[in-house]
Amino acid sequence: MHSHIVKSYEAELSVLENKIGQMGGLAEQLLGEAFAALEQPNPELARGVIARDSAIDLLQREVEEQAIVMIARRQPMANDLRQIMAVMKVSNDLERIGDLAKNTAKRALAISGEHHPKTLMTGLRHMVELTAGSLKTILDAFAARDAEAALKVWRDDEHIDVLYNSLFRELLTYMMEDPRNIGLCTHLLFGAKNIERIGDHTTNIAETVYYLARGVPLTEERPKNDKTSSTMIKDTR
Amino acid sequence: MLHQVVNSKSDAAISVQLDFGARGATKISAERVNVFYGEKHALKDVSVAIPEKSIVAFIGPSGCGKSTFLRCINRMNDTIANCRITGDIRIDGQDIYAREVDPVELRSRIGMVFQRANPFPKSIYENVAYGPRIHALAAGRAELDEIVEQSLCKAGLWDEVKDRLHESGTGLSGGQQQRLCIARTIAIRPQIILMDEPCSALDPIATARIEELMEDLRQNYTIVIVTHSMQQAARVSQRTAFFHLGTLVEEGDTTTIFTNPKDQRTQDYITGRFG
Repeated sequence: MHSHIVKSYEAELSVLENKIGQMGGLAEQLLGEAFAALEQPNPELARGVIARDSAIDLLQREVEEQAIVMIARRQPMANDLRQIMAVMKVSNDLERIGDLAKNTAKRALAISGEHHPKTLMTGLRHMVELTAGSLKTILDAFAARDAEAALKVWRDDEHIDVLYNSLFRELLTYMMEDPRNIGLCTHLLFGAKNIERIGDHTTNIAETVYYLARGVPLTEERPKNDKTSSTMIKDTR
Repeated sequence: MLHQVVNSKSDAAISVQLDFGARGATKISAERVNVFYGEKHALKDVSVAIPEKSIVAFIGPSGCGKSTFLRCINRMNDTIANCRITGDIRIDGQDIYAREVDPVELRSRIGMVFQRANPFPKSIYENVAYGPRIHALAAGRAELDEIVEQSLCKAGLWDEVKDRLHESGTGLSGGQQQRLCIARTIAIRPQIILMDEPCSALDPIATARIEELMEDLRQNYTIVIVTHSMQQAARVSQRTAFFHLGTLVEEGDTTTIFTNPKDQRTQDYITGRFG
């Protein structure tokens, strides 16, 4: 693609692009560290995650302010318009991902004194790995304007939902076995819900990347597999 | 997409909710129109269909052929000595370059508004009454008065000038003069109004008035506007055509052209990547 005749316009667009890169990198880090803090457990690491979330918030405000100024001053058209709108939306999703990582870190702090059964952590670890993989892929797809990669991430969220369902059931069973597990399991359940929500924000970004690259919205129905809202486990004792 | 059909399905799917323009029957159709000024090939194989009662914007860099094409529609290029036109332009299916067509009669059906407002050095009243008078559209003074009032009302100028109809038209402000020219144009009850950069000499308020007026006029007229302001094309038109180096590069729904143009040249032009 040619570059703009007005060089400062070009420069402003790359600033936006770089900020999304920074936010994405931070969001990936916070997600990884929040889970590590939960798994090890490591209160120090958890506190670090909680403190660093504000960096994402700050970047998000900067992106939003700059995008508004650019709309007012440049009156962007076509791919520029789509890029500026996309950057605003993606920065929102990344900011939320940061919040969810922070919340997970808070839960890591709350249960840092408890005994952590390895089996429960395995399910959660698997969820985090899938989610972090999707997040990385979609950030690369954003930079490359790769609609195909975005479509794949969008469809793959289903797998995260499936894992979340089984973890949900597992945690319920564990709580029923021994009421002393309820505190720990509830926090883990919210942690898992946070990861599942991060997956949802990742699919939002995938939709935005698709629109950015193709110029038309992604309209097909997304496969969803989160059934936890209607899941109950009967007490068979 | 050089020869895009007006009711293309893919277009409709993209902007169903955003397209408030009714897609009427084709008012003006052009097939493989070429224009030569002596040796210079100014317009190359332009084919387009313009729907009735809608606003179509022609955009493109200077010298791209958009004004040349506009001037083919009312045969204004006929007056240029070394200008040669090939191809087919039809209004309501009638070939306007056919031998039996009288260009003067044709132009009475097609109004034109220019970049610089050009009122006659006569009174406001006479500016508007001139056309109906020479075309014998009014039976008497009362009817002529009515045409003048209606035309000035439609042009959104009546309230500002009703108490000074017999003052000179050249004494009005730039925006008022342009609206006077539009009133003069619609006084002869044309079906088509051609506008060649009608707002480029006006301030934003006067521009907004003209744009508001265009939106009203669209109910009854087919409007073709040449504009250098992409924002204006995006604001006022239902369809946009992008010209470059004498060819019609892309024509389609205005919403699609400005959010997701198909051709790289269109994209580069509207985003300011070449001039």
